Amino acid sequence: MNLNLTLAFQVLFFIVFVWFSKKFVWVPIMGALNERKTRIADALAAAEKGQMAEQEGRDQAIQVISEAKTQASEIIGKAERHGARLVEEAKSDAKEEGARIMAATQAEIQTEINKAKESLRSQVSELAVAGAQQILRREIDGKTHARLLDELAAKL
Amino acid sequence: MASSESITSGEFIRHHLTNLTFGRHADGSWGMAQTGAEAAEMGVMAVHVDSLFWSFVLGALFLWMFRRVAVRATSGEPAMLQNFCEWIVEFVDENVRGSFSGKNDLVAPMALTLFCWIFLMNLMDLVPVEVIPRFLALFGIHFQKVVPTTDPNITFALALSIFFLMIYYSIRVKGPGGFAAELIMHPFEAKNPVLKILFIPLNFFLEFVSLISKPISHSLRLFGNMYAGEMIFILISLMFGAGITLTLFGGFLQFIWAVFHILVITLQAFIFMVLTIVYMDMAHQHH
Repeated sequence: MNLNLTLAFQVLFFIVFVWFSKKFVWVPIMGALNERKTRIADALAAAEKGQMAEQEGRDQAIQVISEAKTQASEIIGKAERHGARLVEEAKSDAKEEGARIMAATQAEIQTEINKAKESLRSQVSELAVAGAQQILRREIDGKTHARLLDELAAKL
Repeated sequence: MASSESITSGEFIRHHLTNLTFGRHADGSWGMAQTGAEAAEMGVMAVHVDSLFWSFVLGALFLWMFRRVAVRATSGEPAMLQNFCEWIVEFVDENVRGSFSGKNDLVAPMALTLFCWIFLMNLMDLVPVEVIPRFLALFGIHFQKVVPTTDPNITFALALSIFFLMIYYSIRVKGPGGFAAELIMHPFEAKNPVLKILFIPLNFFLEFVSLISKPISHSLRLFGNMYAGEMIFILISLMFGAGITLTLFGGFLQFIWAVFHILVITLQAFIFMVLTIVYMDMAHQHH
């Protein structure tokens, strides 16, 4: 074992290397490591917060949806009732209208009938008179029996 | 090495265990040692150029790689290299947190430096023994040990630096009195003042031995493991060039030993780092 000046130089190297390593290697690398540690912790916290916000948003969305559903069903119910009413109204209107039209038609028919009866009556009386004139021309004086004939016509 | 047929196995091994040495010759002039004997004659006034070169290059490689990451370090999504470096940094940080209870910003970066640096130096052991020396021999450099941790100078330098830091922090944290008390008041304690004084030399002897043994065991553990591993690689490489059968067998052995050694080099780097952390923790502990 020959110890010599090599030892002194190696001590010198050691001092320089350790100094360099501490100042220019250890400190920046540990700094980066610690910074990353805090960044990861922050990111995790943010993620948790985001998750909570998402859950909250989801709950809110569910609530909004259920509200919308009840509202929609209310509106649909209303609309159905309204429609039914409209149909009922239309039905009753139609019935009334029908009845009115029917009544008017019947009245018209009645007048027509009456008119026809009237004209028939007058025609029949004329016909009867004409017949009677034919038959009685010679035997019966018109003027004498005019009163009788009128009576007959009134009776008809 | 220029492995001619004439040299013996002993010479081959000795050659591979000789550092490229620069120092003061016996006649007072400075220069490269041309032979192992010359290098040995230089004594203390010598420098192992190869150990220091590789130690410096590998340490610089570690710092360069981590510095590149540190410059671009982002708290966002890390890229491949950043991920890798952060993994190592966090691994070291976890070890420091687990074993070191004091407050000292130096310990963790020091542990990181030691772990990566020693790992890289040990890793040189996996480069086949002959490759770099033979390549350098082409340029007239005849000695080359590429694994700095097989040089006791390197491991002792690291262990001694840590030892002195340990004493420095012990005195700073506990005060000179506290440090002295730690040396002379344990492990034998007594209420009786006379007995207390009698125990001082015994305590001091025991504590001093345990104190001194720390840097020695710290450095020798790393050195011994790496030296032995390197020695086995050298022995295996002796088989190459001794016939086709032995060469193939040697290749197989080298593979097995290299796979096993991956574990050893990582483990030794880790042990060195952990012991550093533990020693630093001892220095910071109050009693």
